[in-house]
Amino acid sequence: MLTISHYLILAAILFCISVLGIFLNRRNVIILLMSIELMLLAVNLNFITFSHYLNDMAGQVFVFFILTVAAAEAAIGLAILVVLFRNLKTIDVDELDQLRG
Amino acid sequence: MSFVSWHDLAPMLPEIFVLCMASLILLADAFIAEGHRFITYAATQVTLLGAVLLTAQGAHGETVTAFHGLFIEDPVADVLKLMLYVSISAMLVYSKSYLQVRGLFRGEFFVLVLFAALGMMIMISAGNFLALYLGLELQALCLYALVALSRDSAVATEAALKYFVLGALASGLLLYGMSMVYGVTGHLDLSGISAVLAHGVKDPTVLVFGLVFLVAGLAFKLGVVPFHMWVPDVYQGAPTAMTLFIGTAPKIAAFGFVIRLLVGGLQPLAHDWSGMLVILSVLSIAIGNITAIAQSNIKRMLAYSTISHMGFVLLGFLSGNLQGYGAAMFYVLVYVLMSLGAFGMVMLLSRQGFEAEHLDDFKGLNQRSPWYAFLMLVVMFSMAGIPPTAGFYAKLAVLSSALDAGYVGLVVAAVLFSVVGAFYYLRIVKLMYFDAPSDPSACGAHADVGVLMSANGLAVLALGIFPQPLMALCTYSIWHSL
Repeated sequence: MLTISHYLILAAILFCISVLGIFLNRRNVIILLMSIELMLLAVNLNFITFSHYLNDMAGQVFVFFILTVAAAEAAIGLAILVVLFRNLKTIDVDELDQLRG
Repeated sequence: MSFVSWHDLAPMLPEIFVLCMASLILLADAFIAEGHRFITYAATQVTLLGAVLLTAQGAHGETVTAFHGLFIEDPVADVLKLMLYVSISAMLVYSKSYLQVRGLFRGEFFVLVLFAALGMMIMISAGNFLALYLGLELQALCLYALVALSRDSAVATEAALKYFVLGALASGLLLYGMSMVYGVTGHLDLSGISAVLAHGVKDPTVLVFGLVFLVAGLAFKLGVVPFHMWVPDVYQGAPTAMTLFIGTAPKIAAFGFVIRLLVGGLQPLAHDWSGMLVILSVLSIAIGNITAIAQSNIKRMLAYSTISHMGFVLLGFLSGNLQGYGAAMFYVLVYVLMSLGAFGMVMLLSRQGFEAEHLDDFKGLNQRSPWYAFLMLVVMFSMAGIPPTAGFYAKLAVLSSALDAGYVGLVVAAVLFSVVGAFYYLRIVKLMYFDAPSDPSACGAHADVGVLMSANGLAVLALGIFPQPLMALCTYSIWHSL
């Protein structure tokens, strides 16, 4: 029998994977973007779970907004990525080191 | 029963106006020839002026909610929004010739600034997690694009990518926290959450867990230690006009966000979140001030100074009473004025193909232009917190509220670190007054920039000598809103 905690733990695991993906990834910026999407999906799962168990539609409405904003966010992220690739000819995270001090 | 009534629309007239004008400018700009871009500029300024008039006309000194509590219009929102318009308008004046010389004086810039302004206005007036989140994202997405607007600059795009990744991470943390709070309380609107929390909940562990994520997300957005790593990179890498924008208006919006979320929604948990804010603020003041000393790039130095100033703003929230929030609000407004002056001066000294972003570029400014050197002196003294400038009074108000709340050790630490911080502000004064200029040519500016810069510097001085009117306004608005 699946209970609310199963869903919450799954969301927490997805969330942890995405945070680790952002901090441990040293290779590719696209993986960063994927991690960000995964993080938002983990949050969505959380909202839907609570919404279902609370019997309250507001949480599911929130999810629609998050999905829309995530699409806009991905568009901006990819646009910045394209500009970055034009300037640096690489999308390697380790080579983003011109700004430091 | 109608779906939308005039009572819902009336409080948000400024937002509707800015939205319509931003869309109109976006369309109209496509038909404006390259040489006539000043029309877009003028239209943007007119939009801000219209927003000022609408906000001032709608300010009655009482709290009005619209759209079932999604939107709140109260004195705090009115004061913050008015300051928001003023700071954006001043930012546009300061950055006009800087952008023209660099080929960034384009329609996108103005449209993005207006949409970012709209996002900030919604953040300030949000009464629901959904409105808070949407306002925050509208603002953040515009700011990412603004930083990347200088497409051929490798540092600007790198800064934009770092800003984007860490900003998105912050939104994720914030949302995760919101989902936890929603799960425990069953409400998305802040007043409902506050009401449920006041009666106690059966699962406080999950609630505190969510609170940690909320505070972490907020700290990312405010740029306080240990979530500050994006601030110096973005400030340094972005074109100075965008740095000026990021360093001013979003701080006002972030203050509104903290007021709505922590004070409006989670006030019953004040004991829990003030403990977290203590750590954030003392670390920010310490690390911001100490690291700033090592910087040779003035934008990066001002970024670390921002981190320490945000730490001071958080000090005002620790007391958990209205007087403290009023002091924090005063601090934010004064900080925005100082930041406008400092970055405005960096832009004023820049020319075509030359960025005055190194500390050495300020050498001998007194010989090149005594008046501008004096204005910069006032701003630096204010940032350091030396009387009789506004910065001194702002620090005093925040520290005394924290002292009243019993945080004696914290106040002593904050004062010690701000003494450390005085070193790097005074170093600029020393460079301006006691070193020989490397480039002895006089520095001039357009009349509008000169007048505004003078007004800005003198306002910092005047608010230090007569802080009472602004302080009274802050206290009044906080008192009548919360």
